[in-house]
Amino acid sequence: MQAFDYAAVRSVDEAVSLLAQHGDQARPLAGGTDIIVAVREGRRRVAMLVDIKGIPEVNQLSYDPAQGLTLGAAVPCYRIYEHQEIAATYPGLIDAVSLVGGTAIQGRASVGGNLCNASPAADTTPALIVHGAMCVIAGPNGRREIPAEQFCTGPGRTALQNGEFLVALRMPSPPPHFGAQYLRFIPRNEMDIAVVGVGASVVLNSDHSAFVSGRVALGAVAPTPLLVETAAAALAGKLASDETIQQAAEAAQAAARPIDDMRGTAQYRRHLVGVLTRRALRGAIQRAKER
Amino acid sequence: MAETTTYQVIGTRPIRHDGVDKVTGRAIYGADVQMAGLLHGKVLRSPHAHARIRSIDVSRALALPGVKAVVTSADLPPAEDRTIQLGEGAVNLKYLSNNILAGDKVLYKGHPVAAVAATSPHLAEEALALIHVDYEVLPPVLDVREAMQDSAPLLLENLKTKSLGQETDKVSNVATHTQFKSGDVDKGFQQADVVIEREFTTATVHQGYIEPHNATALWNPDGQLTIWESTQGAFTVQRQLAPVLGISVAQIRVIPAEIGGGFGGKINLYLEPIAAVLSKKTGHPVKVLMNRAEVFESTGPTPGSYIRVKMGATKDGRLAAAQAYMAYEAGGYPGSPIGAGMMCIFTPYDIPNVLIDGFDVVVNKPKTAPYRAPGATNAAFAAETVVDELCEKLGLDPLQFRLRNAATEGTRRPDGPTHPRIGYLETVQAALDSDHYRTPLEGPNVGRGVASGYWFNVGLQSSVSINVNADGSVTLVEGSTDIGGTRASIAMQAAEVLGLKAEEVRPIVADTASVGYNDVTGGSRTTFASGYAAIEAARDVVRQMTERAARIWKVEPPEVTFANGVFHHTNAADQRLTFKEVAAQLGRTGGPVTGRATVAPRGVGGAFATHIVDLHVDPETGKVTILRYTAVQDVGKAIHPSYVEGQMQGGAVQGIGWALNEEYFYSNTGVMANASFLDYRMPTSLDLPMIDTILVEVPNPGHPFGVRGVGEVPIVPPVAAIANAIYKAVGVRLRHSPMSPGRVMAEILAQGK
Amino acid sequence: MPTKVYVQTRLNGEEVEFLCEPRQSLLEVLRDVLGLTGSKEGCNNGNCGACSVLLDGVLVNSCCVLGVEASGHEVTTIEGIASPDGLHPLQQKFLEHAALQCGICTPGFIVAAKALLDKHPHPTEHQVRYWLAGNLCRCTGYDKIIRAVLDAAQTTEAKV
Repeated sequence: MQAFDYAAVRSVDEAVSLLAQHGDQARPLAGGTDIIVAVREGRRRVAMLVDIKGIPEVNQLSYDPAQGLTLGAAVPCYRIYEHQEIAATYPGLIDAVSLVGGTAIQGRASVGGNLCNASPAADTTPALIVHGAMCVIAGPNGRREIPAEQFCTGPGRTALQNGEFLVALRMPSPPPHFGAQYLRFIPRNEMDIAVVGVGASVVLNSDHSAFVSGRVALGAVAPTPLLVETAAAALAGKLASDETIQQAAEAAQAAARPIDDMRGTAQYRRHLVGVLTRRALRGAIQRAKER
Repeated sequence: MAETTTYQVIGTRPIRHDGVDKVTGRAIYGADVQMAGLLHGKVLRSPHAHARIRSIDVSRALALPGVKAVVTSADLPPAEDRTIQLGEGAVNLKYLSNNILAGDKVLYKGHPVAAVAATSPHLAEEALALIHVDYEVLPPVLDVREAMQDSAPLLLENLKTKSLGQETDKVSNVATHTQFKSGDVDKGFQQADVVIEREFTTATVHQGYIEPHNATALWNPDGQLTIWESTQGAFTVQRQLAPVLGISVAQIRVIPAEIGGGFGGKINLYLEPIAAVLSKKTGHPVKVLMNRAEVFESTGPTPGSYIRVKMGATKDGRLAAAQAYMAYEAGGYPGSPIGAGMMCIFTPYDIPNVLIDGFDVVVNKPKTAPYRAPGATNAAFAAETVVDELCEKLGLDPLQFRLRNAATEGTRRPDGPTHPRIGYLETVQAALDSDHYRTPLEGPNVGRGVASGYWFNVGLQSSVSINVNADGSVTLVEGSTDIGGTRASIAMQAAEVLGLKAEEVRPIVADTASVGYNDVTGGSRTTFASGYAAIEAARDVVRQMTERAARIWKVEPPEVTFANGVFHHTNAADQRLTFKEVAAQLGRTGGPVTGRATVAPRGVGGAFATHIVDLHVDPETGKVTILRYTAVQDVGKAIHPSYVEGQMQGGAVQGIGWALNEEYFYSNTGVMANASFLDYRMPTSLDLPMIDTILVEVPNPGHPFGVRGVGEVPIVPPVAAIANAIYKAVGVRLRHSPMSPGRVMAEILAQGK
Repeated sequence: MPTKVYVQTRLNGEEVEFLCEPRQSLLEVLRDVLGLTGSKEGCNNGNCGACSVLLDGVLVNSCCVLGVEASGHEVTTIEGIASPDGLHPLQQKFLEHAALQCGICTPGFIVAAKALLDKHPHPTEHQVRYWLAGNLCRCTGYDKIIRAVLDAAQTTEAKV
């Protein structure tokens, strides 16, 4: 592995200062399960890793019905699914965080890191998008927030500017009759990168007969995770029927831009988008009914 | 030996002798070896699948502080173009040497070109980037059928096809064409009422042992070379190393560490000569380790293949003829297991007319090495799937069909020899009688498949010595590295003869200077042959101890008998001496007692397996879920049943991985895209149910306790069994392995389901 | 030459200190600096679990943790699982069930299974399989490993 320097910081300002100073030669270090391997395999070059785990804000994990979920960027996955109230309130997020890499990976890897690594196939990003998550960013010019669907700009690339890093994610409290699910297709049952990932969320009307609104987000079928606006349009105000679900699935299939690679052909991926969108919508509906 | 013998130790399940070390992390595997002054080696490997090396410039690497030496093939003696025997196969020294460090050509991406020794592994890695190699890149050939064409790029410009035993002048990528023939297949197919002919392809698959290769070498100023490593055969390493380094066997001592899996992949030389020459150049011990990507790209996976099978049967369900065309990829140098595949493909059956043509073909992929019943899984995938189709056409249950056509003692194998006492029929009957087969499988998209397999097993050579301790325990010195519990199974056989408990026999696995010659741990031979040697050494101990008891009683040895650990005086029934009591008096009765034996047993028993699998196919995604799996096998006599079950379960699961997801993905320039456990997808615990085993014991008359080799045959049936089950589940037949979800889905969609 | 960092941490209940470069993983530090070779390298990228250790009681792959990150934390390795009184029930059950063949994956499995039983003392077979999916074994097909873990869960001593 190439040599690099290591600095453990205790405040957001310290982190911003070091990151701004070194530019793209410095990266924040949270769980490390992506960045350490990437540096070891020569896919990324860094002069410095800035360990942000000493900053209290990035480790914060809290929920209240008014504020919703505050998820520090460095919080490892296992803390999220072990948090009873959060697990009960956001099962669609738990779907994703319990799939990331296996138990030992979940002991370190964070949702923030998964998002910042910006793999098109990241498991947590579609779940964040369909929950309406906002990314809290700190940088030399202060703080800003952008929606999760705008965070990734290309494979391995994000909207972060020089000196900026992700501090936390915020997800609103689920409204009544809200349900969400994340499903992915992999050839084995764990440990694989998603061939296709689909996050779906719905808000049903009070008698559960129709959609008030819905969101569908896709992973691994475009250069970035994809919010499918046309699928949302296909759901809003429509009957909660198989026909509507099918229309949303077709919209998702049309929006997908999959490639052929060793994990799947474009044709197979497009087929799976349809299958998983239907399944995830049905799962989201079921959860919405149970809330 | 009578099948109703009651054993004291054989068939029990003692804790293995090396168990505590292994569950506490104390056991020393090859990468764990430490010593003073150790340097770390790393290997520079070709980025190209096919290229000529124009020049290598190591000067900048040598100049890096911390780098102590750089070597290339120039540091090995010129390799002789001759073959040496390794026991389980022969190897050409020139190819072996060139595979260790490339000469004028690189033949696969990952082919070693140079190596560095430095004070830390990270520095060694940095130094690799400073070595400049000037390559002339050549077009690669990556498919076996393409490589057989006259227009294909040639890998080895001097390779001439050996056809049907004769050298020819044809320079090509086809190293050999071999044929087995009996009867007349044309007549046989004419007699058949149903004939099925199908083509199959299989992708390259790796043994997947969790421990990467390692070697530590110390070349002393007096010319003595010591190697510490994880290997399946310390003596086999010694035998290869001597000619490759141009030194004598006497100068080499190989000390085997514990080994983290091999399955055939840790027999050939890879790192040892490199570590050795780096040590010679630096005067320090040098440790060289592979990382996971290097294991995939630069060791010995098993061949991708193309197989065409044609089988014909009469309407009463009797096989009339079978024909196969089998082309195996050998990788960069000749030597695929095509011969073994040919020996196994139709061997479960008694077929009067057989014709098998087999081709060993070089391609720009790593040189293949044995992988657990090498060549047989590919072959069984083809033949057992065609048998399934025949059964469907004939309306016959596939296990009843096998009963009707089973090879038995006296049946002639397609490669010539006749079967001795074998247990194939018994495995099929046991499968038919099993709870699994008798339980109906219900529901949509589920299916049950069966398949059989054969592996011939080998005997080869083993040496054991047994030293009697003053307290009546014994130390057993053997030379078979313990990959799967063989310390226990060997010790138990000695214990049985000596009338001792398994714990009272302390086995050690010794190095090449400390024990007689032993062939590899492989070929399903260790419990059979090293166990045989242990039995003979124990009998030697009993002979000597009988003499001591006689001396104590002042009688002649023929008047002393030994049974169940006790010496009896035939003429004085009340006189008895235990083994321990005699052991306590060795010093006074003539000195220490050491029993020894060296064996090369001929009575090898072949192994048969019949597997049953129930699975579900998700018709929307093509994903296969294994619901239930039963492995039935003739195991001869299970010395330690837990470890026999373990071999069956482990081999079956490797076969399941092979069937469902394992393959090398190659770019069109011959670069492996998935050289990592992330995308080379081996089964995890979540992908499997429990693996049930049924041990059928048909003793092998060629071994005192009836042992048959058990380790390899379990990997032979699974791919075919799964293919047959997928057909029952969703009505599509796959003829390419792996049958990954995308491929299954493509077939389902093509069928309009 | 890259500069080394001084690190203090608790390892298997004892205070230890070491020097390492930032680029050295915790796995490398354990094996090459501290001489604890029980944790193994199988893949070096978080896909096989042979390097499993507990960090503050949480199961992690030590190949994906830097040595410098151990500063001020608690590390438990396979060498710390048995006690002076004897083997941990998991270790004993692995032996009784013959849940190891070559044994290279065994330290990782035992550490991972200990983390499981510490959190979920009575797991179902599915829970065991799910938790251990990140530990690859190539020899056993997992059957006897799962049985050993389920059996160890029955033993009351497993609760230490």
